[in-house]
Order: sequence, then C-alpha cells, then structure tokens
Amino acid sequence: MLRFILAKLLYLIPTMLGITLVAFGFIRLLPGDPVLLMAGERGVSPERYAQIAAQLGYDKPIWQQYLNYLGNLLQGDLGNSLVTKKPVLAEFLALFPATVELALVAIVIATVIGVPVGVIAAIKRGSWFDQISMTGALIGFSMPIFWWGLLLIIFFSGVLGWTPVSGRISLMYFFPPVTGFMLIDSLLSGQDGAFASALSHLILPSVVLATIPLAVIARQTRSAMLEVMGEDYVRTARAKGLPTRRVIGVHALRNAMIPVITTIGLQIGVLMAGAILTETIFSWPGIGKWMIDSISRRDYPVVQSGLLLIAAIVMIVNLIVDLTYGLINPRIRHK
Amino acid sequence: MSILSTRFLAASALVLMAATPLSAKTFVYCSEGSPEGFDPAPYTAGTTFDASGHAVYNRLVQFKPGTTEIEPALAESWDVSEDGLTYTFHLRQGVKFHSNDKFTPTRDFNADDVIFTFMRQASAENPWHEYIPGITYEYYSSMEMDKLIKSIEKVDDHTVKFTLNQPEAPFLANVAMPFVSILSKEYADTLEAAGTREDLNNAPIGTGPFKFVAYQKDAVIRYQKNADYWGEAPKIDDLVFAITPDASVRLQKLKAGECHLMPYPSPADIADIKADPNLQLLEQAGLNVGYLAYNTTVAPFDKPEVRKALNMAIDKKAIVDAVYQGSAVVAKNPIPPTMWGYNDSIEEDKYDPEAAKAALEAAGVKDLTMEVWAMPVQRPYMPNARRTAELIQNDFSKIGVKVDIVSYEWGEYLKKSMEEGRKGAVILGWTGDNGDPDNFLSVLLSCAAATPGGANRAYWCNQEFSDIIAKAKTTSDHAERVKLYEQAQVIFKQDEPWATLAHSTQYVPMRKEVTGFVQSPLGDYTFETVDLTE
Repeated sequence: MLRFILAKLLYLIPTMLGITLVAFGFIRLLPGDPVLLMAGERGVSPERYAQIAAQLGYDKPIWQQYLNYLGNLLQGDLGNSLVTKKPVLAEFLALFPATVELALVAIVIATVIGVPVGVIAAIKRGSWFDQISMTGALIGFSMPIFWWGLLLIIFFSGVLGWTPVSGRISLMYFFPPVTGFMLIDSLLSGQDGAFASALSHLILPSVVLATIPLAVIARQTRSAMLEVMGEDYVRTARAKGLPTRRVIGVHALRNAMIPVITTIGLQIGVLMAGAILTETIFSWPGIGKWMIDSISRRDYPVVQSGLLLIAAIVMIVNLIVDLTYGLINPRIRHK
Repeated sequence: MSILSTRFLAASALVLMAATPLSAKTFVYCSEGSPEGFDPAPYTAGTTFDASGHAVYNRLVQFKPGTTEIEPALAESWDVSEDGLTYTFHLRQGVKFHSNDKFTPTRDFNADDVIFTFMRQASAENPWHEYIPGITYEYYSSMEMDKLIKSIEKVDDHTVKFTLNQPEAPFLANVAMPFVSILSKEYADTLEAAGTREDLNNAPIGTGPFKFVAYQKDAVIRYQKNADYWGEAPKIDDLVFAITPDASVRLQKLKAGECHLMPYPSPADIADIKADPNLQLLEQAGLNVGYLAYNTTVAPFDKPEVRKALNMAIDKKAIVDAVYQGSAVVAKNPIPPTMWGYNDSIEEDKYDPEAAKAALEAAGVKDLTMEVWAMPVQRPYMPNARRTAELIQNDFSKIGVKVDIVSYEWGEYLKKSMEEGRKGAVILGWTGDNGDPDNFLSVLLSCAAATPGGANRAYWCNQEFSDIIAKAKTTSDHAERVKLYEQAQVIFKQDEPWATLAHSTQYVPMRKEVTGFVQSPLGDYTFETVDLTE
C-alpha cells in the first residue's frame, strides 16, 4: 500500500512539471499583457514600458523567465501578484476555504440526491420516475450555469425573498476568520443566528454548483445499477430468496458504487470549473473568481501559480479516490 | 511573516469590532470590484480609489462635492507666485490621523506628511519608493509630476512650498487626485520599526471621513466613522463595501435591501429601476467622450474633407438610442458639455447621407473600403462598441463605403490601435481624471501624444492646436484659458480627426431611504455626506 502511494506520488512530479509549463505558456500565449492593461486608454510610452518590463523581469528571454519561475518554485516562492503585489500563496490560502466549503456542500448535495435517484430510476426502469428524472438530468447537465444562477437569484431571492442574494454571511455578523469555513466559524463565533445566516447564504450557490455533478452522478448510478442487476450474483441472491431491499442495497449497490465513486472523484475538476462561474455570480470570495480576474488582467504570477496549486489539489483528490477503491472493492486492493 | 502579520492585524481588528455591537446606522455600498490595495498611489483603478483615497484619506485640496472645482482640504489656503512657478500651501492645523491597534498618532498632521507623500513617489532613492517589490507609481508618472515638480520644501511645520519647472494651470486639480492622498509619515516610521512595511498598503491610516476596520479579500470592506474628522463628521456610523461584481446581482441586492447604493447599472435595467417604488435613480452627464478616431496619417483619411464627409454619414442619434438606450447625448466636441471651456457655439455635424456621398465624390474618393475597430469590452463611455461599429457600417454602406469590423482582445486592442500606419478607424473613449480640459485635449489630441505609446489614436498633429493647448496649460488666468480651449475646439472641428459620438450619462441607483449622496462628475463614490432616513 505504502509503495503504491509512493509510486503514485512520484508520478505526480513529471505531471506537475508539465503543468508548470502549460500554465506558464498558456497565459503568455493569450494576447495582451499586464502593463498595457494597467495603462488602459492612456497608453504607456515605450521607455516607460521597457522600464516596467525590466522591473518585472519580462524583458528576459522566455525560457529564462520559465527557469527563474521554476527556481523560485523549488524554493517555495510562488511569486507575487502583479495587481495586489501580495504573495500568491497568501491570497490562495485566504480564498481557498471558501471554494472548498462551497464545493463540499455541492458534492454532498449531488451525491445524496444523485445516487438514490439513479438507483430508483434503475430499479423502476422505464417508469415515469425514470423518464422524468433522466430528462431532468439531461437538462441539468446542459444547464448554462450563469443563466441558471441568475434565474434562481431572481426567483428565490427577488420574488420570494427566501434566500439572500449573494455573499457568505449577513453583513451584521462580523467575527475573525478562524478556519476560513464560514459554517464552522459562525458556530465558533457564538453569535446568535450566525450559523443559520451562513447556511442560508450557501443554499443557492451550492445548488447551482451541484447541478451538473448531480446530473452526471444520477445517470452514472442508473447505468451502473442496470449493469450490475443483470449479473449472475444478483440473480443468485434473488434466487436464494433474499429480500429485494437486501439484494439491491448490499449485493447490487455495493458493486455498482465502484464506477460511481470514480465519477464522483472526477467531478472535482468539474466543480473547480463550475466554481469560476458560480463564485462570480454569487460574489463568493473563492479561488474561481480570483483566477478569472487574474486571467483577464494577465496577472501572470497568479495564473501560473494558482493553476499549479489547483492542479495539485485535484490530483491529490484523485489519488485519494484511487485509494478508496480498495476499501470498497477488495479485489483491487493495492499491494 | 507578512501573511502572519496581516492576518494578525485583520484578526485583532475584527476582535475589537466584534466586542462592540454594530451601531444603528450602517450604510452598505455594493461595490463593483475588489480594491487592488489600500495605498492609493501605486494603483490606477477608480474602484481602488473609492475604497482607499476617498474613504480613508484626504488631499491638500479637494473637488467640491458634485463639481470639479477645487476647494481647500488639508491645505487651508495657498499662494501662487506671479510667474506661476511656486505654490505655497498653508496647512490646516489640528488634523488627527486615524489610529489602529498597531499605531496611535502622537502628533497632528504636518508638513512632514506632505513631503513624505510626494517624495516617496518622486524619488527612486526614497526608502519607501519600492516598499513592496515591483511597486510603481503610474499616475505620478503619467501625470508627469516627476517632470513638473522641481522641489518640495518644508517652510515650517504648517507650510510647504512646491517649486515647478514650468507654470502649470492644472496643478491644483492634479494634487486633488487620489494618487497624492496624504499619508502619515509617523505611521510609516512605526511600520518601518516593526518590520511590517507592507501594512501601509494593507491597513491604511489617513485623515479621511472613515477609518479602515477590515478587509476580507473579494468579499467585504468595513469602515467606521471618523469621529475626529476635521470636516463635518459623517452621519452614518459604519460603512460597508459589499463587493458584487455582476451588475444584475448588484441590482437584485439593492432591491432586496441587502445594500443601499450601487454603481454601474446595466443600461438595460434603467427602466426597471425607475419603475421600482423602493428605489431612486440619480443621473448626471458623465465627464467622458466616446469617439471614432481616423488615422489621419493614412490616405484617404489624411484629408479633412474625407473625414468630414464620413462624419456626416454617421447617424449619431441612432447610436445614442440603440447602443446607449438613450442615456447619452450626441457629442459635437471632444470634451463633454459639463466641462468648463466647452464651446457650445460649435455646430454639430449634420446627418446627411446625400451630402456626405457628394462630398466624398468631390474629394475624389471612390469604392472606399475601410476597417472600423470595435473594442471587446464595455466601458463607461461605450456600452457596446460592436453594435456601434455595426451601425456605422450600415451608415457608411449608404454612401458606398464598405466597412470591415475588426476587434482584438482588449490589451492587444490598446496596443495595436496605437501602431503607426494603422489601417482603419478606432472606436474608443476617455473618462476625465480631474475635470480639466487639458486632461482630455493634451492626453488625446496633442502632437506629443501622437507617438507610439501615446493616446492620440488619430495620429493627428495640428501644430496650431497643440500650441494653443500648451499655452492654455501654462496660463493661470481662468477666463483666458476658457478662450483658448474654445479656440482649440474650433480647430478640432475644422480638421475633425475624430467622429465624436456621445457623452454617456452616469446613473446611480439607490434605496429610497438614502439621502445626502452627491454624485461626482468624476465618477467617484464618496459617502461622508450620506444618511439614512427610517
């Protein structure tokens, strides 16, 4: 097991190196550059431009800039934002908990609803429930997030007034961030109603973010269940006269969960992509909105190091998913 | 280290605040973006200035609320020498700086603070010049303060003398701008001693109407009323910026009562806002211009008669109606009508496609194909450049001119539109920094700006025009300056290097209970005068 983990971690090194190259190259391939964007309509004289570029080290050949970047990375220096001048790592750490909180709640919603819907749809294959839920899943999967988020805000916050429009907690609550997770911090603050306020602020954004993963999980669960239900061991279990609940819950579901868990693990990447739009709509101070702002300002250090951090986290989550297979399916337990 | 100290500072400030219950009057502003930092000097975004320069700081002089006139602020009065080369500022006494948990001022504001504020930007040798690696002072350099200011001397604790290299009429307007907000020298010394210099940018100390309390990145900025304010103290107790980047979401928050006031509504929502009984809408002609700049160095656009003919073919009224949804006025001059020096006797280009066609033929132009550049972003002076370009394309097709619409990514657009020999006419615009006509005419139309990296995208160099605005810049007599700018606009109109399109209206939607908000022609959002009625 330990060897397996070490081998996987070793694989991460070339992958990470590849990501530095892609992230570094990607933002520089985009036309436009940070100095010009900062100067705006006013323009910047060629002398001044050269001066600033030299100060930022952008006058050097591109390979040298890349090597400098790698060198700094190895020393743990992820660089400073060109816009705020603050260390990229500090900004990431300040914003990351907000994204994790949102993503966790979203994946819980997606799983808790998606798996049972998939199971029921599979058992009652062809029924109205199956047809409606699977059509719903198809719509959910193709939902334009931005439009969907705005629609929910207008209906639930505007027309009904049930949920707050945006933000993480009502502005009347004001306490120091301890963990960065608003649900936990609001409990720790001991202020009346703070937790309820944080929870109510999470509902709409997490539902929006959960929409696509929910659709994928429901469909994946359904097809995995259908496949498993046709297997011999399920027929045997039925033939033994086991109650249906036990056949489905233990024999079928447990085996069907293997591909479903892979799917849930892969949704982490989808969640990160979804977070960019969701955070922008709901003014959610997380890393998705941070990346978007930085890309549009060509804030090179933030984009290249931010992408690297996000990629590292996605890979580690995937590794953890890999390891959990073993817990569910002893056949692929790693030696 | 820096992360820890910043965190500690923010956390301890929060603890302090949490101990006191939120006061009765909290005003929430749904701001459009995050500030880049809280030191106004190194940054250029209006969003940053609203959060730092206007809330926390003061300048030597300031713009009278709602106008671009200069009035005393931290300088009570000033004398200008006969030759216009020295400005002696007499500083206000008894002005207190804010305090926070790391700093309590031991003295009032004085001349040392003024000198610190300017010298750290002016001199590369100043120990605070690059107190954060990579920091630069873009406004100080683009307003050419470095070339303008010869020396700054402390005459006594309450008198500072600025000596200029040449007379400069807009000087007072320049020092009213946020980039020269007065910082505390004593605070800088304290941070220096503590080894936390970057807190000058994280935990600002100023003399302004509001004290900075805490900033949670990309989410909320909190301020508290400065009870010791030298001017009239704010009527609200707490000021909160709730950062809300999307315009539709801002409006939803305003409607739901989650904030009291918002900037930059989408033009499409104006009718909806007007119809809402819980909201009120302020509007004001913006200090801006949207234009189409021909390249006057490339044939056939080097001929004024060709440019005039094309301008006659543009139905500007239709652009105002369709693109700005009526919230703009048709532009006939390069400066907006609310600016002093505006020449109202200039005649508007008449929309007359027939005459335009004839004029084009008379100029010997046939089968003209041209590019019209449309920028990819929405700006306060231009809500939709693409749509504008399409309308111009349609207008020009009526006089037999074929238009190809071209667009680039924004940074690339700014760069390519300034390349010499650029083909095609460029849609762009400008929003004033300080209300002085020089801030439009010199920056956008002088010969000096018709160089790579300048902002004269028509590459129009009319020596007579440039001489007149240069003279106006160094003349201190206001009436004389007005005359010179009026004259400059006549020359502009004779040559028509641009098709001036529109001056857009700026809207400020707010809740019914908000009173006392004064809309700034410069697009600033300041809250020292606001109040809430029950």
